[in-house]
Amino acid sequence: MDAPVNPPALRSADTARVDLLLIAEMIAPGSRVLDIGCGDGTLLRILSEKHGVDGRGIELSQAGVNQCVARGLSVIQGDADTDLAYYPDMAFDYAILSRTIQATRNPRHVLEQLLRIGKRVVVSFPNFGHWSVRAQLMFGGHMPQTDTLPETWYNTPNIHLCTIKDFLALCEDMGAKVERVVALNANGTKLVSMPLSAQNLFGEQAVFLLSR
Amino acid sequence: MNETPGADSFAELKRRQQVTDPHSEVVHFPASEGLPLDSGAVLAPFSVAYQTYGTLNADKSNLVLVCHALTGDQHVANPHPVTGKPGWWETMVGPGKPIDTDRYFVLCPNVIGGCMGSTGPSSLNPVTGRPYGPDFPVITLRDMVRAQARLLDHLGVEQALSVIGGSMGGMQVLEWAATYKDRVFSAIPIACAARHSSQNIAFHEVGRQAVMADPDWCGGHYLEEGKNPRKGLAVARMAAHITYLSDRALHTKFGRNLQDREEVTFGFDADFQVESYLRHQGMSFVDRFDANSYLYITRAMDYFDLAADHGGVLANAFAGTKTRFCLISFTSDWLFPTEESREVVHALNAVAANVSFVEIESNKGHDAFLLHEPELFDTVRGFLSAAARRRGLDDASTGS
Repeated sequence: MDAPVNPPALRSADTARVDLLLIAEMIAPGSRVLDIGCGDGTLLRILSEKHGVDGRGIELSQAGVNQCVARGLSVIQGDADTDLAYYPDMAFDYAILSRTIQATRNPRHVLEQLLRIGKRVVVSFPNFGHWSVRAQLMFGGHMPQTDTLPETWYNTPNIHLCTIKDFLALCEDMGAKVERVVALNANGTKLVSMPLSAQNLFGEQAVFLLSR
Repeated sequence: MNETPGADSFAELKRRQQVTDPHSEVVHFPASEGLPLDSGAVLAPFSVAYQTYGTLNADKSNLVLVCHALTGDQHVANPHPVTGKPGWWETMVGPGKPIDTDRYFVLCPNVIGGCMGSTGPSSLNPVTGRPYGPDFPVITLRDMVRAQARLLDHLGVEQALSVIGGSMGGMQVLEWAATYKDRVFSAIPIACAARHSSQNIAFHEVGRQAVMADPDWCGGHYLEEGKNPRKGLAVARMAAHITYLSDRALHTKFGRNLQDREEVTFGFDADFQVESYLRHQGMSFVDRFDANSYLYITRAMDYFDLAADHGGVLANAFAGTKTRFCLISFTSDWLFPTEESREVVHALNAVAANVSFVEIESNKGHDAFLLHEPELFDTVRGFLSAAARRRGLDDASTGS
């Protein structure tokens, strides 16, 4: 995996979530952002502190929400599957769904909602096409467990895993425009100048920038 | 329950003194500056009594308006002038507290209709020279908020940094945000709803009927008759008090424990601790609250329905809002359950408002907002600090 580019901006000692920094790079400064599944608010904080973004969050875990609000972030408790319906069309410049789509009950519906409420949509997810996933199933004969997918099959919240190829097919089927795809390897390095099939094999996670 | 007439009249005297001569700042709006009410009547003249804590900064941008609940008053963070007890929100408001009076200028007015110095049914009716009593016009929460807006005008404050309150106070916060969008930079409605539910109206009606069934209510003219419907008001308070707690909280506190006795007495004395507790709550409430005020303020809450005031769609109430909202509810609050706060959140989402929503795990019921709840304090502190930063108030310039 000799990725030619290794931008220092993506190397961060204080966070393992390299995808978040990559997402932050995709967001135009000063824009209005909804982060669905915002967790402890790391991305929102990066966005509002460094990019002057008007950020809001939705988080499933009440503990996560309370932590975010106590830190001054605008976050509500809610569920991507049901609560996006309350937002008006094009309410945000960006709707972000980071590492959450694989845990929703109806990913297609969620993506439709995202494309409705956001002028642009950023989705990141762990790539189930990664070689180690394929190898564990093929040679180990067991459900894969990786750094981005650490749970066992019986307690994982990830009920709708997909590969980069799968997600592209869904976007095509829904008529969503894919503006950018970035795959990251296990070191958080961007895989560029690589054919899609190779990204699907070497990318541990992927970030998509979509629009209608 | 034997009453000691001397003690009663002393407490009574102290309380009634607050109507005309409160231990508070008071602004008197003359008859020419009357308050137009939702009912069509005009309250003129009228007075608003208020307490303040902290210092208003030079550009008047650090005001936090606290709206009190049904039986609260303006004495948020000082000993109560009638009961001598600590202020009702001393855990929340003060130097270094979540609403930090070293940073913010805190203002809490007594609502109109109240009995602690703002014009209410025990105030003198200028037409008759006698207490208004039942001739006081029926008021709404919007009327209360309008009176508060007049107070802000009087103080020269265009916009509040934040408007905060729990229960009826929270409903006023929502009314503020809907009626005076540009005057509310941030809003913190706690343990409340955008309308008073049927069940809540029902409880209020029980309370009012208890007051009116007391012969000492005298058709609302008890002040002129030299009487006070103490028993009726105490029963109203007892019933209401149950709704402020949770089954769990009551059980934890009292269980089925007996009061100063080994066995039940096979009578109707206060055998159980919970009975004795409620009787005490009822009687001590009468010392500090006016029966007619109780009728009028509960009625104002019953009439509250923000969606109905905006074409039946709650989101319309907040259309175009720039206010930053933080709603807070408590898991065991069955008077204003989380679901009602969530409805407000959804309405705010529908207009893409900036909203935070925190549900706090607590077994203390509705009253949790008045009690020691660290997560409540963290939420208010964090949200308010962020709002202050957005408003351009930094920590250094406000001297903390």
